[in-house]
This record gives sequence, C-alpha cells and structure tokens, in this order.
Amino acid sequence: MVAIIIIVALIFFIALWLISTYNSLVKHRNYVRNAWSQIDVQLKRRYDLIPNLVETVKDYMSYEKDTLEAVIKARNFAMNAQGVKQQAEAENALSGTLKSLFAVMENYPQLKANENVMKLQEELTSTENRISYSRQFYNDSVMQYNTMIETFPTNIIAGMFNFRIMDFFAIPEAERQNVKVDLR
Amino acid sequence: MAAKICPRCGFYNSPLRKDCSLCSTPLDGEAGSGVPFKMSFYDVRSSNNRSSVILVFFLLIVLGVLGYFAGEYFGVGYFGVGLALLFAVISSLGAYYGGKQIVLSISGARRVTAENEPQLVNIVEEMCIASGNPVPEIYVIETDALNAFATGRDPKHAAVAVTRGLMTNLNREELTGVVAHEMSHVSHLDIKFAMLVGVLVGTIVMISDIVTRWMFFSRRRDKQKGGGGIIILALVLILAIIAPILAKLIQMAVSRKRELMADARAAEYTRNPEALASALEKIGASSVKLQTATRATQHMYINNPFKDFSKKSSSLFSTHPPIEARIKILRSM
Repeated sequence: MVAIIIIVALIFFIALWLISTYNSLVKHRNYVRNAWSQIDVQLKRRYDLIPNLVETVKDYMSYEKDTLEAVIKARNFAMNAQGVKQQAEAENALSGTLKSLFAVMENYPQLKANENVMKLQEELTSTENRISYSRQFYNDSVMQYNTMIETFPTNIIAGMFNFRIMDFFAIPEAERQNVKVDLR
Repeated sequence: MAAKICPRCGFYNSPLRKDCSLCSTPLDGEAGSGVPFKMSFYDVRSSNNRSSVILVFFLLIVLGVLGYFAGEYFGVGYFGVGLALLFAVISSLGAYYGGKQIVLSISGARRVTAENEPQLVNIVEEMCIASGNPVPEIYVIETDALNAFATGRDPKHAAVAVTRGLMTNLNREELTGVVAHEMSHVSHLDIKFAMLVGVLVGTIVMISDIVTRWMFFSRRRDKQKGGGGIIILALVLILAIIAPILAKLIQMAVSRKRELMADARAAEYTRNPEALASALEKIGASSVKLQTATRATQHMYINNPFKDFSKKSSSLFSTHPPIEARIKILRSM
C-alpha cells in the first residue's frame, strides 16, 4: 500500500515537472519569436526611410552617386534576404553603407541647414539604434532559450519534443559600434 | 581605526565592514573582483512589491492610532478609528491609481508627443525595445535644471519625465543613458514603491499638520474640558515620533543601492556606461535648482534635487549615492 502511494506520488511529481518544463520551453521559444518579429518591424522601418533620405539628399550630393547607389543596392538585397544568417549579413552590409553615407553627409554643410534632412537623419539614427537594441534583446532571449535546451535535465524534454537551438543574430566585432551621428 | 575607502567607488566605509556598503566590492584583498550587485532582476521586483505592501500596512496602523486618539479626544470612541481606516484605504487606492498624475502635476511636467519632441520620443522608444517594456507616457519639465524621473504603478502605466535643461545640455548618447536609467526604475518596479511613498507620506504629514493645528486651537477654546490634556500630550508625542520616521522612510524609499542597480541596468541596456557617466558628470556640475522638486518627491529624481542638503549632511542620510561614486562605478564597468 505504502509502495503504491509512493509510486503514484512519484509519477505525479514527474508529470508535474514535465508539464511545467515543457510550458516554460514553449514560453521561451515564443519570447525568441516575438523578439525576432520586433527586429523585423524595425528593419521594415529602415527600408521605408532609406528611399526618402536618398531622394532628399540626392540633389545636394550629385558627386556622391556611388555612395547613394550602394545604399539602395544594399537595401534591396537585404529586403530579399532569407533566414537568420543571411539576413544578419545583409543588414550588416546595409548598416555599413549607411554609415559611409552619414560620414559623407558631414562634408555638406547645406544639408545640416535642411530641416527635412535633419528630421530624416534623426529618424534613421533612431532606427539604427532600434535595430541594434532589438537584436540585442533577440540575442539575450536566444541565449536564455538555448541555455535551457542544453542544460540537464531540461535537455531531455527538449530532445523529446524537438525544441531546437536557435541562431544568434551575429554581429561582426567591427560592426558592434552603432552608427553615430552627432550634428550638434 | 581609519575608515576603509572602497577601491572601486571611493566610498568611505566603517572599518568593521568587509565589503563596500555602496557597491558590495570586497574591501580587503584585490580590488574590482566579485559581483558588485547581488540582487537579480526578479529579486528587485519582488522586494519592491513587498515594500509597497508593508508601506500600506504602515499607513493603516499610523492612521488607525491617530484615529483612535482623535476619537477618544472628541468623545466619539471607535468611530474615529473607522473613519481614519476608511480614509487610509481611500488614500492608498488614490495613491496607487492617481499617484502618477499627482507626482507629474506637482513637478509641473507637460506631456509631449513625437510631433513636438521627436528625438526624446525616439530615445524613449529605443530604450523600451532594449528593456522589453511598453512605451511609457513622456513628459518634459520646462526648466534649465538637469534632472529626470520616472513614476507610475507598473510598466504598463508608467511615465518618464526629463527637464528641458537635460535635453539641451546632453548629447544624444548621454540622454539615452539617462532615459535607460529611468527605464531601469520602470522594469525594477522602483517607480511603484517610490510613488506610494511620496504620495502617502505626503498625505500623513498633511493630516498630522491639520490635526495638531486643530488641537492647538480647540484647546484654547474649551479649556474647561478635563482629562483631555494627557491625550493631547500623547498625540503630540506620537506625531513628534512619527514625523522623523516618515522623513527617514522617504530617504530609504529608493535606497542608494537601487540607484546603483538602475545605473548598472542602464549600462546593460545601452552597452554604453560611459555615456551615462558623462551625463551624470554634467548633471552634477550644473548649479541650477529644480524649483518644482519637493521633499516628498526628491527620491524619484536621477540626482538629488536638493544638492546643498546632501553635501552638508552625512552621506548616510542621503537619498542618493554621491554622484562621483556612481561615475566611478560606471567607468569601472
């Protein structure tokens, strides 16, 4: 009789542990997905802003056609990227071209006088920051989730129900610095 | 024995301490090692929730006692206790749901939108992404003083306010650091406890004020009433004891450690501790006083708005850690 009670209690607690672990795995996977969709929102914001900026500065910067074309090209490439890894690479390339555009813009004082350009530049700076913060948040969520999956005993349940390791949104060391625009 | 100076933040500690009372760095042996902040994110939140409940109970007890004596004095018995408790419940609910508006209107903050302050709104939204919080209401205080605060009962009903002086004197990165510090107070739920303290303590002080004055005048009018003298004495004594306790409570409300934890979290959000450090440098160097800060709201600001007070009195009784120590800790990250 006692043995039966112990066995039943044991099964009960194991089931309880199984359910709670499974649920927390699902919760964390959803955190990661949500964080990823946040990046998407910010990337879309950037795609929408770039043509505006290029259109506005084009007339002032006729000598910098190459820089502007590089930005447009990088934008179109990034829009069609597939998967976390390719997306990360394309976005990093786009950030790089934008950085050089901002650097070149420093040479055109009349741009700083244009209120429209200033507004667009603030929006784009903010968007760059948002992208890096949202991927920082995504990476933190991925790290938590991956740690859960890889540590014992959660890894048993993760293996049973096919929870997979997620990719980090990798940033090369050189790109870690945000695009800094200081027009003060 | 000489005081031990913390190798990390330069804070003067009692010679008996083994670790710095400000930043928890071990004082003996090698410097800079060890985890500076022991509390995790969830510990901070639950500690704030606990403190808020204790505070409301404290208010119930204080007002209950006050009500009892007032009831005895006016000869209405336990009616006084009932009335006081009813008032306590109403003012607690009022502080919880309306505290944000009270604090904001006391400080003279004006709400802004993306149309009139695009950069500030952008910065706050960036920090919301970094901290995973919903976007709070954003306010500006029109003054040249350099300060900022956050308030509200939870992250969904939060407000962040910065002064105009802060926006004109800091660059974008520094302003981001300050906003990150405020968003840390939002995620840590420091805002809830700080708001309850400010509003409830303000209420108690106001009531004791009214009661003591009333007693003073009514005693003059009906001197013939016998037996009331001892009760009045007791009441005055209680009020005299409560007042400094309340003052201390405000100061402990957002303890110095919580400010440091918010600084550390801000550095984690922005990955840029230097920006907040240089912002604090500018804030500390400014001599413009924030006129709209009061004793009941002083603990909510990023830097103590009553600078002369904190410099003269010992750092033990200050609501904020010395700004130099905060800068040093941020630079050592």
